[in-house]
Formats: sequence, structure tokens, C-alpha cells
Amino acid sequence: MKLEINGQPYEVESDGDTPLLWVIRDELGMTGTKYGCGLAQCGACSVMVDGEIVRSCVTPLDSVANRSITTIEAIQNDAIGRKVVAAWVQHQVPQCGYCQSGQVMAATALLKQNDKPTEDDIAAAMVNLCRCGTYNAIKAAVQDLSGQKV
Amino acid sequence: MNDIIRDLQVDNLQVDKDLPTGAPVNLSRRGLLVGSMGAAAGALVLGFGLPVRGARAQDAAKAVAPGTRVPAFLEIRPDNTARFLSPFVEGGQGVFTAMVQIVGEELDMDPKSFIVENAPTGSDYLVVFGKMRITGGSMSVRTSYDTMRKLGASARAMLLEAAATRLGVAADKLATEPGYVVHAASGQRIAYGDLAGDAMSLPVPAADSVTLRDPKQFRWIGKPVERLDVLDKSIGKAVYAIDLKVDGMLHAAVQHAPRLGMSVGAVRNEASVRAMKGVISVHHLPGAVAVVSERWWHAKRAVEALQVDWAEAGAKPVMDGIRVMPANFSTADFAERLANEPGDGKDAEKEGDAAAAFASAKTVVTATYHSQYLHHAQLEPPSTIARFNADGTLDVWMPNQAPEQFQADIAKRTGLDASKVNVHSPMLGGFFGRHFLYQAANPYPQAIQLAKETGRPVKVIWTREEEFLRDPMRPMAAVRFKGGLDANGMPVALEAISICEGPTEGIAGHNKDKLDETAVEGLTGKSYAIPNRRIAQIYVENPTMLAYWRSVGNSMNDFLYESFLDELADKGGKDPYELRMQLLKDNPRLSTLLKTVGEMSGGWKRGPFTAEDGTRRARGIAMASPFGSHTAAIAEVSIKAGEVVVHDVWEAIDPGSIVNPAIIEAQINSASALGVSQVLIEEAVYKNGMPVARNYDLYPILPPSRMPRVHARIIESGEKMGGIGEPGLPAVPPAVANAVSTLTGERVRRMPLSQYTFNS
Repeated sequence: MKLEINGQPYEVESDGDTPLLWVIRDELGMTGTKYGCGLAQCGACSVMVDGEIVRSCVTPLDSVANRSITTIEAIQNDAIGRKVVAAWVQHQVPQCGYCQSGQVMAATALLKQNDKPTEDDIAAAMVNLCRCGTYNAIKAAVQDLSGQKV
Repeated sequence: MNDIIRDLQVDNLQVDKDLPTGAPVNLSRRGLLVGSMGAAAGALVLGFGLPVRGARAQDAAKAVAPGTRVPAFLEIRPDNTARFLSPFVEGGQGVFTAMVQIVGEELDMDPKSFIVENAPTGSDYLVVFGKMRITGGSMSVRTSYDTMRKLGASARAMLLEAAATRLGVAADKLATEPGYVVHAASGQRIAYGDLAGDAMSLPVPAADSVTLRDPKQFRWIGKPVERLDVLDKSIGKAVYAIDLKVDGMLHAAVQHAPRLGMSVGAVRNEASVRAMKGVISVHHLPGAVAVVSERWWHAKRAVEALQVDWAEAGAKPVMDGIRVMPANFSTADFAERLANEPGDGKDAEKEGDAAAAFASAKTVVTATYHSQYLHHAQLEPPSTIARFNADGTLDVWMPNQAPEQFQADIAKRTGLDASKVNVHSPMLGGFFGRHFLYQAANPYPQAIQLAKETGRPVKVIWTREEEFLRDPMRPMAAVRFKGGLDANGMPVALEAISICEGPTEGIAGHNKDKLDETAVEGLTGKSYAIPNRRIAQIYVENPTMLAYWRSVGNSMNDFLYESFLDELADKGGKDPYELRMQLLKDNPRLSTLLKTVGEMSGGWKRGPFTAEDGTRRARGIAMASPFGSHTAAIAEVSIKAGEVVVHDVWEAIDPGSIVNPAIIEAQINSASALGVSQVLIEEAVYKNGMPVARNYDLYPILPPSRMPRVHARIIESGEKMGGIGEPGLPAVPPAVANAVSTLTGERVRRMPLSQYTFNS
């Protein structure tokens, strides 16, 4: 099956019902996208497909054939992604960091669709779990990016 | 893990001389170094090794105090960057950054110019009390602060000595500036990176011979230095155990017995599962089955397809050190049993004459409080890679917070000498107490067995479901409280009998002649001037596997105590904040803390009151003194659709003195999140001997929508340095519960609050 990930074409051999997460991590060896629950509960596996956030642990490979997939590995190739990363550093968001690939992807997807999200927009989009409880730092970083006073 | 954590709780960090260090006694440093370097030179994608030059230059046969041999920790490279090998594992608490703030301060090198990796096993790294190595108990910085300062200062002295030789001047004519030795008279500057080759071959000066920097001159200690790992963690480059790969590696997934203690009986469909796509082999393990494949997804699908007839536990345990889970175990029944267990318990703390004081008290209040089992629920599921090497060594990569203890355990299991076992300790995708040596709770025995049986390196990853089935839990307790009030409503006597099993005795075994302090800490160690007190424990063995959880006994006991204290305040007609102030009037340190948190919140107001948005709200106060630090927290709550909303948490912490205020603020946020999560929604429920929840759907952890604003303030009293990672948690659950009790008029005596429906 042909995939486009981070602007590169890939030919993968996994079955069509394999979750995209395991194709990315195991077959393609890109481990920035994380496995947390396998049940679309935590969001650690978030990637963008055609600019939309999806949870790759429950996304079958055959549903993303010929679509444009972006993983955390390419986040700094994206103008908005770069800003999100800079805000993450400025606000010193990560602690253990395990969920942060997914958080950065979620913030980037939000800001790509809506460059001035309201507090409610942010709350609706930034729903990934973080066991370290970095939520306030995440919110501050996204508000900062959306031009809101923190 | 045995008695270690228990000693961490003690305010003055005196350790029994007989404390087990976790270090294998036959450890040969030289053998170990060779082993580690061999691993680094092998096929591993990521290298973990030791600085070769320095290690060789030192004579390993000479006994060296842990934390003093500079080349074991520090490599300064030609490009004037430094690599520091940390004795403490990074799992989000910021310890890598804190370590190089301390070392860099004395070495005179900017923390930004360091990269930090977890150190391999070895006696050099047993820096906790100079004899053991764990990352836990909020101990890293406070127990190694002096050692790390001296280490940095020794390295600087060596660089000065090397520069003196090279320039032909006396060392005392030289000075340093960050990363350079400077000779003012001639204007010459030599980069540390140019000198390191010479310097690291020099003898390390005696630790007490080096001069430390005047704290008034600190550039990095005490400052909000940015963390070193934040960028990598924001772009997916941080590497966790689950991300590692070695050449020729196979993947494995497991299906555990539904109840611990059962073993594999018949497997009904093994032949058809062997024929499934990608399956290389099917294995029977103690209490589990495994499938090995080239791809983990194939292994996972196949192992879940296995139809196993699990055999009930026989007389001989399926694994050492485990408990057999009864088929009829339920947490609801067990909570009832704890609450009704007869007896007065064994004294943990006694002051005055509580019995006499109750007899003469104006009012006596009794109540039973409960805490619940909790999961760690760290986001990174457990994994391990095991690889047997041609030279007879074994490499194991796994999340862990005590490398030498895992090494010793693996040596015991495999019959290998510990020097042949290389334990690699990657960054952790969450700590929370999950990564100690708990029996049946870590995949490394499975990975080792599978590597042996397949003849290939194997990586085992547990699914979230298998993790929640085998995650050892924070203990549950029932506490019978009794309080006596005088005619003025002031508490004159307090008794707390906790019916529980402490995590330490749960892990290391119960000793009927001793008391597990981790069972009662937070009931004990309170500073309130209540003249007659008795704190006791009735030990009841749990059928579950128990564990340390962030802030250990304090994680539940401060909820239990501080909520009951509010109940006493109510019965005595006292405001709970004023009552605490009175009970602490002779304790300036805690009075200051209490005043501070009151001021932070805009002045204590209990409520209920109506907020600007029209919601009815109330505030609760609580205090805790865990891990050598002291905290006070105020929480503001309302009720929405029957559920508690926590709007704000104000928390003041006095850890004595500090290294990085930004990291402390982050840890107060993090600890508040876990505290709010515990009090609002978390509970691991067992029915019929099995956990009801196997994923986050039925074991919810705090989502962003329920995170309060957190306002932290640090007070540096100048007292002895305390912990940071855990102390922020214990005061938060009771502050929330007390606020809810005030708002609803219903006294909350159990966590989590999600079991109640409140009226708005």
C-alpha cells in the first residue's frame, strides 16, 4: 500500500486493518508518535491526516491510503508547527513528555484550522490526557499562540 | 525494593547502617565498566556507555566513595560541551536539569552546555546517602546536593591543575569563567574541552579539600533554568524504553492470567494461532502466554486470540513473591472488612493520654474514613528488551527507577553474575512510583525468557489492558477516628486507627515486630498541638499486589486526617483555618505557610459564597508535611450537574531551600493534578478477583477539562532541604474534600467524590 507521510511517499506491507500507529512505529521506525492506550482514550498517538487530527491507534491503514499524513517528526517543517514547538519550549510544557507529541500535534491541527481559537475552542480541541498534569502550561501555550492574554 | 522508601519518609535523613543498598555485593566495578562499554560498542541504536578515557585512567581496585570519581560522571568534549551521567532517572521531574545546575555551578559551566544520560549500573552511582541508588522518595536533589557540588568543584580543580601544568604557572594564579580556565596575568584562556584529556587523568582531589562557591554568587542554583529535555520532548525526539530497537529484535505481546497466581493449563487453539499471519512462536510463561512476531501488532492480535484454560493456583506459587488473587475478591467487600476489623492496633505515635482525655472531653466525635486502590496509570505502557550477547552478557532495557536492584534480581533469576547483566535505564514516560522492583509487575522476566527461547533479542510491550491487570496498586485503608473537644471546642485528644497494609510491608513482607511507617505517614508526623494523641495500625494483608504511588502513605493519609480535622472544627464551632492557626501558634514555620496560602487566595474565606459567575462555591484548607517539605493548600469548588468542579488550587510549599523554582512550580502543578484526579475520579475496583477497568475508559484519569488553575508559591525558610516531586500532592485531596463538605453540608469521608451525586 502507498502512503504519504511527512511529504515522502512510502510503500508499506502491513495489512489494511493494521492501525496506522503500528505502521508508523514498527514498519517505518518513526517512534515519535506514542502508544498509550490503543483505544482512542489518551491521544498520545495523535497525527494529522490531511490537516485533521486523528488518533492513529484506531485508524486503519487502508483508510489513509493516498492521504497526506503528518507526524511529529515533521512538525518543524510546518510554519505553525514551528510556532507551537517554540511556545512549548517557552512555556516549558513537557514533564515526562510521553503525551507531548500528541499534544503538539493537537495544538498544531487546531491552529491550522483556527488561528484565533477562543478558550472554548481550545478546550474542545485540546483533550489529550497528560498524567503529569501539564494542562495549565498547555493551555497557556495555546492561548499565547492565539494572541490571547494568558 | 524493600525498606528503602520507608527511610525516605523520615525528616532527618539518617539511615540505618544495615539499610540494603540494592547493590549486588559481588559487583566488580571494572568488570561492569567493560560490560557497559561492550554494550555501547554493540549493535544498539542508542549508545549508553561510559567515558572511556577517564574510566581507564582510574584504578578500579581502589575503593572510591560513591559520587566522587569525576570521570564516572563527567566527560568534557573537545567542542566544550559536557556529558553528565546522572545517577537519577529522568521521568519528568526535571532531575537531569537540576543535577547539571548543581554540578555546573561548581564546575563553572553553563547547564545549557550539558547533555545528560542515565548512568549505567555501578557503585559510583550509589549516591543516595552514599550507599544506594533509587530515584524516588523525592530524594534525588536533597540527598545528593552536597555530593554533586563537590563533584563539580573537584572537576574544576582538576581542570585548573591541568591548565597550571600546561601554562607553567601555579594553579592559584588561575581562575575560571564558564567553560574556560583564565590566566589573568597573560590574558590566556583555555577551553575546558582542550584541557579535559589532561584533567580527567589527574587524581581526583579529596572531596573535603575543594572550595565550594559562596551561595550568594550562585548563577544557576536557585534560578529558573530551562529544562534540558523540553525541546526533544516537544518534537518527538525523546526516546523511551518502548521506542528502543536493537538489531535482529523480535516483538512479543502477552496475555496474562485473569487472576494473579493462575497458570497456563490447556491452550485450545494454539495450532490455529501459530498459523496466524506473522506469528513466529507461541510461548507458555509463568501466569501468561506470549506470541512472538516480527511485528508487535501481529503478536498482539495473535496472543489475544489464544483461548487459554487457566489453572487455579496450586500449592506451589507460579512465581516467587506473588499473592494469589481469590476468585471472590471484591474491593467493596474488602473496604467493609477493613472498616469493621476489630482491635485497637499497634501504636505508631503516642503522646499524652488519649484515653483519659476522651473520658474528660466535653464532646467526643467518631468517624470512619476510607481511601481507595489506585493505579499509576503512567502513559507509557511497560516494555522491556532483552538480548543475550555472544560474550555471555545480557543486556536489558526497561523503565526502572532502581537499576542496581533490577540488575541484582536479573542476576538471581538467570544465574548470571551481576557483572554480566547490563541494565539500561531510558527516560521514563511517567514515574508515579510505577517502576520499582515489584513482583509480576514488570515484563523483564518475560522478555528474558523469550529471548532465551527464541535465541533472538526480544522486546515485550504490554498493552494498556495487560498493564492495568498487573499494575500493583496504592493501598486502600479504613481509618477509625476519634476526637475529643474541650468546652471551648478545641481538640484535646485525637486517635486514628488505620486498618490497612502499608506499601512497604506489602512489597517486602510484613514484620509483626515492626511498624510500616509508609502505612501511617500523614496520620503520624502532624504538627498540630493536640496534647493527647494515639496513631495506630491494624495490619490486614491484602490479596492484591501493592506499590508505592506518588507521595506514598501521605497520598491518602493526609486526606483522611485533614478531613477529620475539619469535622472536629465543625463540631467545636471553629473555622477550620482559624483552628489550624491556633493549633500551630507555636510553630512559626507552619504558621507562615498557613498565612501565606491564605494571602495567596486573597484572604481566607470559607464560604459558601456566590461567585461572579453566579455559581455557589466554597473553599477548603489542608496541610501536609511529606518528604521533608511542608505544604498548605486551599481549593475552591462548585457543583455542576452533580459533579464537583475544582476551580483553583493555591498551594504554598516550604522545602527549606531550592535549586530550580520553575521546576518546583511545574511539580506543584503536576502534584495538584494527581491529587485532584485521585479525590475526584480515581478508584481501581475489583469484582470477582478481577479489575473492572482495563483501560482509561473505565479508569478515568484527570482530563484537561477538570484541571484547576494552580497558584504556587515557594517559601525558602532556610531549613534543611526537603523533597519536591511528591510533597505537593497530599494537601490537595483534603482541601478539595473539605471545600465540598462546606459547600454541600455533607461530610465527605471517602474518595473518590465521583461516587457521590451532589445537589448544586
